[in-house]
Amino acid sequence: MALIEIKNVKKQYTSGDDVVEALRGVDISIEAGEFITIMGQSGSGKSTLLSVLGGMNHPTTGEIEMAGVKLYQLPGEKLADFRAQNLGFVFQSFNLITYLTAIENVMLPLAIVKMSNQAKKSAARQALERVGLGDKLDRLPNQLSGGEQERVAIARAIVNNPHILLADEPTGNLDSKTSEEVMALFRELNDAGQTVVMVTHNPENGAYSDRTISLKDGMVLGQA
Amino acid sequence: MKLHTISINNLKRRKAKMAFLTIGLMVGIATIVTLVTLTRSMSSDIERKMDEFGANILITPQSNGLSMNYGGISLGGVTFDQREILENDLAKIKTIANHKNISAVSPKVLGGITINTHNVMLVGVHFDSELKMKQWWKVFGNEPKTDDDLLLGTDAAKVLNVSPGDKLEIKGQQFNVAGVLEQTGSQDDSLVFASLGKAQKLLGKEGKITLAEVAALCSGCPIGDMVTQIAEKIPDAKVSAIQQVVEGRLKALDQFKRFSYAMAGVVVFIGSLIVFVTMMGSVNERTTEIGVFRAIGFRKSHIMRIILLEAALVSLLAGFLGYAVGMGGAKLALPFMAESKNAHLIWDSTVAFGSIGLALTLGLLASLYPALHASKMDPTEALRAL
Repeated sequence: MALIEIKNVKKQYTSGDDVVEALRGVDISIEAGEFITIMGQSGSGKSTLLSVLGGMNHPTTGEIEMAGVKLYQLPGEKLADFRAQNLGFVFQSFNLITYLTAIENVMLPLAIVKMSNQAKKSAARQALERVGLGDKLDRLPNQLSGGEQERVAIARAIVNNPHILLADEPTGNLDSKTSEEVMALFRELNDAGQTVVMVTHNPENGAYSDRTISLKDGMVLGQA
Repeated sequence: MKLHTISINNLKRRKAKMAFLTIGLMVGIATIVTLVTLTRSMSSDIERKMDEFGANILITPQSNGLSMNYGGISLGGVTFDQREILENDLAKIKTIANHKNISAVSPKVLGGITINTHNVMLVGVHFDSELKMKQWWKVFGNEPKTDDDLLLGTDAAKVLNVSPGDKLEIKGQQFNVAGVLEQTGSQDDSLVFASLGKAQKLLGKEGKITLAEVAALCSGCPIGDMVTQIAEKIPDAKVSAIQQVVEGRLKALDQFKRFSYAMAGVVVFIGSLIVFVTMMGSVNERTTEIGVFRAIGFRKSHIMRIILLEAALVSLLAGFLGYAVGMGGAKLALPFMAESKNAHLIWDSTVAFGSIGLALTLGLLASLYPALHASKMDPTEALRAL
C-alpha cells in the first residue's frame, strides 16, 4: 500500500457569490521514499494541494490516507498530533521565528514532545549539522543569509524524523546557486530514505525528483 | 526547549512592545495602589483627627424617669444620688468581639459638692483617658498627674478664685489646682475635675461610676454592633451611640472609599483595555508565527499556553512595579492630600499581594480572548502569508 493516497480530492472556496474550485478531483498515490515534485503555474492549485496534504485544509470532498490513517477523519486535535509526529514542513519564506536562535527554531517541533532538554538540543544540533550549519547554532534568523535560513527551516522540518517532508516553493526566495545547493540537500535527504513532496513552479527543480506531477486548473495534467 | 522558552524568548527579544504592555498595566496598578493607599492613609488620618471630637458611645445607668444633661447630651435616668454602674463592670467592655476598635474608655463619677461655700459639680475622671479623648482641651498650668491634683473649668476657677498652682480644700483635704481649662463653651467650663478614685471617696461612691464615655472609631467600625455587644456585657447599663458623630465620621470615610473604588474601577477598565488591545495587536502581528506553530503540530491549548504565559509574566512584572511606583506616588501625594502633616503612609501586605494578584488576574482575563483567537487561527495562514 502506498504511503500517501489522495482520492478524488476537491476543494472549493467561496468568495462572495463566487465559488472558486481550487482542486477538481485529484487522485495521486505516493510511495514511501519517493521524491515527488508538484508543478504548475500560479493558481493551478498546487499550494492548496500541499495544505490539504499537510492536514491543514479540509478538502470539500475526497479523502487523504497517509501511513494508513484517514487524515480528515481524525478527531479534534489528533490531526495536530498527527502533523507533529509524521509531517515536516518547509515554507517558501522559511517562516523562522525571529526571536529564536537557529537551534531554538529547529527545536520548536520538539517543544511539545516529552523528552529531556539535552536530548532535544542534541537532536537539533544533529539536524543542523546535517544541513551544514553546525557552526551557526546560536545565530538569530536575521544574522543568517537566505540560503542558511532555508537550511534552518529544513533542519526544523526533519528534526522529528517525519514520515513525509512537505516543501512549498523552497527555492522561491533564493538565487540560482543557493537554489541548487538546497535542492541537492533535498536530494540527499531523499537518498537517505526521506519521502519528499515538493511544490514548485521551477522546472529545473523537477530534475532532482523521482516523479513530477503537473497540475493545471486544479486537476492533474500528467505525471512524468 | 519547552513552551515557556518560546514565551520567555518572545518577551526578551521584543522588549519595546513588552515594555509598552508592562507600562500600560503598571500605570493602572500603580494608580490603584496610590488611590487605595492614599485613601486608607487619609482615612486613618481623619479617624485620628475625629477622635479629637470625643466619645461616640455613652454608657449610663438604666433610666428611672429623671433626667439630666451632660454636654447637651441626654444621660437618661441619672441623678446625683441614684444608681451607678460598678467600676469593675467596665473591664467587661474590653472583652467584646470588637474590643480592638475601642480607642479609649473614660469612666466618670458625678456629684455635687461644696467648696468654699460654693456648690459645684465634682467630676471624677481618669485624667489620662479624659485628656486623650478631649484633645481640644487647652490647659493653663499643668496637666493633672497625681490624685491630689485638680483641673478646673474656667468658670469654676473664676467663682472659686483660684489659678494654677493654688490650693483648694475639699472636705478637709488639700488639693493642688494643677491646671485651668481654656474656655470651651460647654458644661466643662463650670466643672471641677478630680481623679476618679479621690472623687469616689469624696462623694461616697467608691467603686461606682455615673457614666462612661467610649471612643471607638475605625473605617467601617460597626458602632451599632459594639453598642449591642457592650449592652450584653453590662445589662444594668444603658448603652447608646451618639449617632450624629458616628454617622458623620462614617459618612466622611464612606465618601473617600466610594471615590477610591470608582477611580479604581475606571483605571481597572482602562488597564484591561490596554492589555486587551496590545495582546490582540500582538496576536494579529504573529499570525504567520502562530500558523507555523499550528502547522508543525502545536495544539490549540499549546498556543493558548504560550500567549497566556507571556501575559502572566508581563502582568507579574507590572504588578511588582505597579506596587512600587504606586506606593512611591502615594508617599509623594500624601502630604498634599491629607488634612494634617502628621498623616502616615499605611504599608499593608494585603495591598502588595492584592496589586500583584489583580495585575495577574487582569492580564490573564484581558489576554484570554486574544489567546483564544490565536488558538483558533487557521494554520493555512502560515502558507497564505508566503
